[in-house]
Amino acid sequence: MATETRLMQGNQAIAEGAIYAGARFFAGYPITPSSEIAEACSIRLPALGGVYLQMEDEMASIAAIVGASLAGAKALTATSGPGFSLMQENLGLAIMAEVPCVIVNVQRAGPSTGLATKPGQSDIMQVRWGRHGDQCLIALCPATVQECFALTVQAFNFSERFRVPVIFMPDEIIGHMRENVAVPVAGELEVLERKAPKGPPAAYLPFAADADGVAPLAAYGSDYVFHVTSSMHGQDGYSNNDPAKATWRVAQLHEKIARHRDEIVLTKTFYTDDMDVLLVTLGATTRAGRAAALEARERGIRAGVLQLQTIWPFPDKEIAALGRGVKMVVVPEMNYSGQIAGEVQKALGPAMDIRRVNRFNGTIITPQDILDVMTRPAATKL
Amino acid sequence: MSHATGNKYLKDGILPHMWCSGCGIGTMLGAMLRAFEELGFSNKDTVVVTGIGCTGKLDDYLVTNALHTTHGRALAYATGIKAFNPRLNVVVVMGDGDSVTIGGNHFIHAARRNMDLTAIVLNNLNYGMTGGQVSGTTPGWSITSTTAYGNPEREFDICALAETVGANYVARGTAYHGWELKENIKEALTRKGFSLVEVISPCPTHFGRHNEMKETAAMLLSLRDRAVPIERYRGLTAAEREGSFPIGKMVDRSDAGFNERYAIIQSRAAKGAGGIN
Repeated sequence: MATETRLMQGNQAIAEGAIYAGARFFAGYPITPSSEIAEACSIRLPALGGVYLQMEDEMASIAAIVGASLAGAKALTATSGPGFSLMQENLGLAIMAEVPCVIVNVQRAGPSTGLATKPGQSDIMQVRWGRHGDQCLIALCPATVQECFALTVQAFNFSERFRVPVIFMPDEIIGHMRENVAVPVAGELEVLERKAPKGPPAAYLPFAADADGVAPLAAYGSDYVFHVTSSMHGQDGYSNNDPAKATWRVAQLHEKIARHRDEIVLTKTFYTDDMDVLLVTLGATTRAGRAAALEARERGIRAGVLQLQTIWPFPDKEIAALGRGVKMVVVPEMNYSGQIAGEVQKALGPAMDIRRVNRFNGTIITPQDILDVMTRPAATKL
Repeated sequence: MSHATGNKYLKDGILPHMWCSGCGIGTMLGAMLRAFEELGFSNKDTVVVTGIGCTGKLDDYLVTNALHTTHGRALAYATGIKAFNPRLNVVVVMGDGDSVTIGGNHFIHAARRNMDLTAIVLNNLNYGMTGGQVSGTTPGWSITSTTAYGNPEREFDICALAETVGANYVARGTAYHGWELKENIKEALTRKGFSLVEVISPCPTHFGRHNEMKETAAMLLSLRDRAVPIERYRGLTAAEREGSFPIGKMVDRSDAGFNERYAIIQSRAAKGAGGIN
């Protein structure tokens, strides 16, 4: 059990969670509101024999962490909207080549340069669809500083276990707030490593999946020599434009996540056993949502909260199960278009009264904002 | 004495290669692999990182570790590999478009950091794979598929760029001068810090066809006739230099490479020295 309680900033807790998970390589570029992660890594990693590299831009940053990961490192980078946009192409290579790595996007208000120091939650669809081509990944979102630590460890575990980049996407409020963290001791949280190849090196195929849908990953410099390409390829990693190989490859990139989605989708519920009204929240809106639910109950409205810790794959089954029997769903999110609400609607069907609470000007959604929408007489159609 | 062939690094049954008759990439690949063999590189300790383009397809021919990356970013991927595992031989093979046009910023910073990498840049004066468009090394006023009226821009001198931004070792060879090319690549591979070997090559299908001679053999002989060893080139007047270009080793410094410098950082951090709190 944790013996130490420490006041930490969210960004700092992300860095410490990464180190706890075994991360020893950071390459990044400064950008508000994520720079504290880079600074923490620059101080902690070299002392542990690890590497901190400040690259010339975000494209180089994600390229460097992919290279380091293929050389055997657990590696991360940290950025925000404009930098995350720059990373998309190389993130696509990481997905195509099944390279474990963690990319932190501390979300700020856009669009474009936007409000650099203010929070947003408007990158949700970009996280899922920002790359060209068919692909998918995993994305997690913390709502407390404790989760900044523990869910970062989880992000690395998913990344290693499924050989996939994981996006860690707090909003600026969570990244910059300070709360007590019960600092886990060694061994308290599970830490997973990527599967190592077995058998004769000459027979190693870096993209031949085992029964669990994931292939073992060697490291450059080991006896298992291997080949990686961003081009369409076969199981041996050499470029190959045979249509059958392309069919196999695109399907496999999706299926390895889809078949394990129940393990990957993490949610938390508050006051949901007897609810009539469901709030679906993520990150900072969880704080306001929980307060709003308690206030609503004071007024006789049985409200409950579903916090999404996993954003992608989207917790559609969980929402469908919890939403059965509720009269109304409220989705507070700091973006204009209701990026989460649209997915909630898909999970619950057109008949459900889904109400959006949208803020997209860098200000926080308050419990009162949520209550106002919850108690409004006529439903607003999406 | 038997000569190195480089065959131990080549994928079985992969030849004949895909590149056009008269293209210098095959010559460069052969020179690089013979250099590997003469230096005793093993497949497991070697990582070849390539970019996009005709040169970028070189990884298909190898049984070393390999990473074929996105356009222009090979040096950034290679930086991550070498920074995390300094014991690997990391060789980055790119075309002129990939390395100093789209890749210009990463080229500058890899050299500035003096990353312990060897960059081999095949310069065929255009973007060959996509049909011969103008690149940052296309000579001014040349005809390409996107400069039908002549290239209104000036071109880079890749070796001068590398020297200015701090590369420890800079050499230029050509697809004609195969033996010297292998020797320069060997030197480059043994130097600490950032090494660059530029290889001037014909592109018979695109640039050459529009700008030089009608036959491929003539293009190669033109490289022979216009290349001047750097020691002699330095002594020529501007008029004497007209139409020629220097080849050979141009820079050979021994500044500390990145890994040597970063080891100092790790040692300071482990002792708790420095820090900003």
